[in-house]
Amino acid sequence: MRYDLFIAGYGGQGVLLAGNLLSYAAIHEGKNVSFFPAYGVEKRGGAAMCTVVFADGDTGSPVVGRPSVSLLLNQLSFDKFASKVKQGGICIINSTLVKTGGESLEGIKLIQLPMGDMAVELGDPRMVNMVACGAYAAKTSAIAISSLEKALTKALSERNHSLIPANVKAIEAGAAAVNGQKMID
Amino acid sequence: MQEKIFAKGNEAVAMAAIEAGCRCYFGYPITPQSDIPEYLARELPKSGGVFMQVESEIAAINMVLGASAAGVRAMTSSSGPGISLKQEGISYMAGSELPGVIVDIMRQGPGLGGIDASQADYWQATRGGGHGGYRIIVLAPNSVQEMYDLTMLAFDLSDIYRMPAMVLADSVTGQMKESFVTKRYTAAELPEKSWAVRGRSEGTGQNVVKSLKLGDGEMEAFHWNMIKRCQELSEKESRWEEFMADDAELMVTAFGSTSRIAKTAVAAAREEGIKAGLIRPITLFPFPRKAYENLSRKCGEFLVIELSTGQMVDDVKLAVERNAAVSFYGRPPGAGSLPTPEELLEQIRKHCGGVR
Repeated sequence: MRYDLFIAGYGGQGVLLAGNLLSYAAIHEGKNVSFFPAYGVEKRGGAAMCTVVFADGDTGSPVVGRPSVSLLLNQLSFDKFASKVKQGGICIINSTLVKTGGESLEGIKLIQLPMGDMAVELGDPRMVNMVACGAYAAKTSAIAISSLEKALTKALSERNHSLIPANVKAIEAGAAAVNGQKMID
Repeated sequence: MQEKIFAKGNEAVAMAAIEAGCRCYFGYPITPQSDIPEYLARELPKSGGVFMQVESEIAAINMVLGASAAGVRAMTSSSGPGISLKQEGISYMAGSELPGVIVDIMRQGPGLGGIDASQADYWQATRGGGHGGYRIIVLAPNSVQEMYDLTMLAFDLSDIYRMPAMVLADSVTGQMKESFVTKRYTAAELPEKSWAVRGRSEGTGQNVVKSLKLGDGEMEAFHWNMIKRCQELSEKESRWEEFMADDAELMVTAFGSTSRIAKTAVAAAREEGIKAGLIRPITLFPFPRKAYENLSRKCGEFLVIELSTGQMVDDVKLAVERNAAVSFYGRPPGAGSLPTPEELLEQIRKHCGGVR
């Protein structure tokens, strides 16, 4: 089985950290992983995006034209990339920042989660990426939530390990929300 | 099972260099390869090596020449504009029959160009690059695993054939992170560096390493010897990968990062019943000409895909044109110019209109 995922937002939302975290989680599950960041003259507030492909066998192309799943964290990336999700695919958006204007997204499953608000409620708006990762894992079952939690030790530098419990909560909140469960505090 | 690590292609190059016994690195930063000097600045001194960020690319390649003349495994890395500056030194290394590894993480050109992926340094790399008529070994990794493996191989081949070796990748392969396994370096059967300038105290007598050859017939003999080494290299060291090639009616061919995209497109074509296959050169010099020629006896149409307006297509034509038609699909380098598998699949469909 081969999974591909596209993540986009603005610089500072932790798009690349989300990609790294999902990659480490997939490696933890024995998968081969390709993580391809868009890079350039990056800055806080600019566009940030990455593609993650993981598979039991070959990961194949690190470049994906029509992703199976997209995590879009701001308006710009929604406007630009939502329509690229392949037919039958899933588009998970951060409805705190993204307003959908009745675009034609036929054949694409659109999931709206107020990830930004959830992160603020959990104590830090910067955890929007963790909420997104939890939502992705729960929605697709491509990666176990427990693997994401284990991967935090690798994706975060050691000086940030004290923040792992808060991030675990954010991942679980994203997963619970996407499953339509009531969030447990 | 060995635990997989997760790192950038550039970092894998640096890790492999240390493991392969590279003890001198000289370089100057440039995107998209700066992770290589960054890693080596931190890690190479721990292995007893010397890391120097020097004043220019020209200085760097000449220091590689010097270290190599003293018998030490040495490396430099850069991208297009810096690699152009290094050509003088590479020519002198070739003329002095010195090994040494040069890594080119290609960006766009000409000139300062841009920092996105490109494969437009193919000609420069495979035709020698500098003056005087020489070739260097050119290896083209298409994954982080190969960035690691082929960097190690570059040191060995360079030592065995006494010519510079280049690892030619691009900003996709350099910047992407993949899971891969590291390996313990086990040295190939390497010739003694009896020519190295190590000082008389080492008991080697006086050795002279030079590219100036003024003696009667000296230069001609050098050239014939060099071409002999190139032929031996071609016979023994040509490397390539085939995928679904046996019964293919359209042979797609691409190197480096583009081959990854092409392979996924070929697999998708097969799912539609299109008999497409893939051949990917791993060594660009020596170009695996025989492998292409053999396939051209079974498959009459080749489609070359490059991230340029067409360079490797020349070598493919030289290898197969007697038996097969060659067409080309390229994307000139530039931001947003990476072809997608879907786009390449469309090209394959176009060429196989009658096959389905």
